[in-house]
Amino acid sequence: METPAAPAKFSVNLPAGSPDVPGTANTLIDIRNFDFFYGAKQALFDINLKLDDKRVTAFIGPSGCGKSTLLRCLNRMNDLIDGTRITRGDISIRDVDIYGRDVDAIELRKRVGMVFQKSNPFPKSIYENITYGLRIQGVNNKARLDEVVEKSLRGAALWDEVKDRLHESGLGLSGGQQQRLCIARTIAVEPEVILMDEPCSALDPIATAKVEELIHELKKQFTIIIVTHSMQQAARCSDKTAFFYMGKLIEYDDTRTIFMNPGNPQTEAYVSGRFG
Amino acid sequence: MKRFFDTELETFRSDLILMGETSIRQVRDAVKALVEGDVSLADRVIAADDEIDLLEVKIDEGAMRYMNLRAPVATELRLVIVGMKASHDLERVGDECTTIAKRAVRLAAEPPLKPYIDIPRMAGIAIEMLRDALDCFLNGDTEKALAVVRRDSEVDAINKQLYRELSSYMIENPATTTRALELMFISKSIERIADHACNIAEEMVFLAKAQDIRHREELKKGPVV
Repeated sequence: METPAAPAKFSVNLPAGSPDVPGTANTLIDIRNFDFFYGAKQALFDINLKLDDKRVTAFIGPSGCGKSTLLRCLNRMNDLIDGTRITRGDISIRDVDIYGRDVDAIELRKRVGMVFQKSNPFPKSIYENITYGLRIQGVNNKARLDEVVEKSLRGAALWDEVKDRLHESGLGLSGGQQQRLCIARTIAVEPEVILMDEPCSALDPIATAKVEELIHELKKQFTIIIVTHSMQQAARCSDKTAFFYMGKLIEYDDTRTIFMNPGNPQTEAYVSGRFG
Repeated sequence: MKRFFDTELETFRSDLILMGETSIRQVRDAVKALVEGDVSLADRVIAADDEIDLLEVKIDEGAMRYMNLRAPVATELRLVIVGMKASHDLERVGDECTTIAKRAVRLAAEPPLKPYIDIPRMAGIAIEMLRDALDCFLNGDTEKALAVVRRDSEVDAINKQLYRELSSYMIENPATTTRALELMFISKSIERIADHACNIAEEMVFLAKAQDIRHREELKKGPVV
């Protein structure tokens, strides 16, 4: 339901970048009539969704609802699973069909990076974790690599904590630091989109807060899609929220609407923890 | 799905209803004490204000506890927010009743200035407004809530008329000044009670529809979408 905007004299001044700051966003990712199968089992049903550029969108819903499946369709990670197929619909990023015949999935994944539930640094140094993506692209200039390492680690709010041990193993970091290292590794190749699949589910509250702060900063540069089971995290971090149930998109709206006045009773039951 | 803490919300709701019913009873009794010159009833109204004050504290504590520990969203969040605000309005209604009752005690010691017609009529409208606003809490009827808001002008009009009438009493006979002023303040208290009923009605629209109609005359015409 669209709530009429309050007249200017009663509007509240919110900090720049706040999810509640009105403004138009351009659609970056357009998902149309999308059906997806794992073998004979249909996992997504007729998904229609426009995701905004330079915004954070949260995908929420109970386990098995299809939210992670859809996330993984956005950089064609599901191509790597046998028996998956798309029977209808398409997904375009900047008006280019990402499942088009001439689209290289590897190139796509450079533009659409991913951060997973469990941090997965390579068993290499912090420095090499960050530069790995660039090296396989053929970048070997040390000054350039040094610059990217510092910029990425600063971007991931990790620089001050690791700048004196860049050549130590990434596996020696704490869980929260490892996750931020993975975010730094993702942003090192300068993607347009960052997909995050429950990035804080294995982290303590302090590490979670750091990643959430990071998400808030990163959206100035990147479009972020986050799958989360934490309603409070979705409410805190995202500008828009999409609720999925049994492979269907039930409701998609501004996050403040989803958590204040959802239009669908199933959404209300889910966000209130009264589902089932 | 039922949750183990649902009883907390049920208690919260029933406390708010009890507070509303108690406030309505206080308005009725305070005006009855004035009209009938019943000092004993006025004293009971003054003493009963503590019941309302305690309920306000209990509702606030319940709301803060629920927000702190249960992280409500959507309808539940609106209920808790609106409950706190409505309980504050009801507490102010209780205070106005105490004021009326204290003035009723003083007026009972003197001969009546005039027959009490307008004040009971105003109070009757204010009570209906409170009752309708609380009904909205129970059944979510936003049209009824908007009707409460629109009715406020009836009370305002009687209040102004009474002011004019009592002013002329004072001009014609300065010996009536004390009694006329007491009645003016009582009239003002009832007018404020009606204002609180309007606030509660506006809060109930927010509870039902998540739409804030305060200070927005165009929305008060309805219907709420």
